Amino acid sequence: MSEMPEVSQNEVDKLFARLDAEARAGGYLLNPDTEFTKDLVRGLLINEKRYGYWACPCRLADGVKEKDLDMICPCDYRDPDLSDFGTCYCALYVSPDVAAGKRKLTTIPERRPAPDKRAQKPAQQGWTLPAKLPYPVWRCKVCGYLAARENPPEICPVCKVKKDRFERFL
Amino acid sequence: MTEKPMLYALSTCIWCKKMKTLLDAMDVDYEHKYVDLLEGAERDAAVAEIKKHNPSCSYPTLIFNSQCVVGYDEEAVKKLLGK
Repeated sequence: MSEMPEVSQNEVDKLFARLDAEARAGGYLLNPDTEFTKDLVRGLLINEKRYGYWACPCRLADGVKEKDLDMICPCDYRDPDLSDFGTCYCALYVSPDVAAGKRKLTTIPERRPAPDKRAQKPAQQGWTLPAKLPYPVWRCKVCGYLAARENPPEICPVCKVKKDRFERFL
Repeated sequence: MTEKPMLYALSTCIWCKKMKTLLDAMDVDYEHKYVDLLEGAERDAAVAEIKKHNPSCSYPTLIFNSQCVVGYDEEAVKKLLGK
């Protein structure tokens, strides 16, 4: 059995406040059930101490960052799940109608491919470039933000994920 | 002897926590494993067992009599356990 790292209430409250502010600034909403949400934030902090990154509290982390990259919070599945179900998989983020109590929050199906189907899909396939582009275009896999520049930004200006969540789009 | 219901959960997952609270409230005699706290062969064995019933290997997974409930689904749990 591995040891569970200690996380203080102060750490939880601080990260909760930061995520809440960042979510609002980016047009997202945290789950208004503060007790539930703070439990998830505690999970993120535990995973940061265990693995070095915010692995989704509701998914089994491998511990190897490259294998967990798609489920580092906010995960690659958050936005499609918000669109389809009004909540992300763990329910840290919810849609406006769920936040307003107009739609019931429920547990949702897992969108992440099963472990044996998770093999890296070729990122660049079947495209025809219209002409020579002056810059490559980078896409944020979390929120879809596109940036035409030599390299992806260090932090996504929209959803705040790090550079390693970008893929070459064009 | 019938086997007890087995709950495969993650120690950080709040839906798993809700599932435990539900089973406790229903007074169910069950066993549970926090898969994220298991290591090596023990963890591999738990994941392999979950995969047999739930190919997406998601949590919580509750297994009883070779049937399973995936996710926090109160109605499905009651049906599975005949409550």
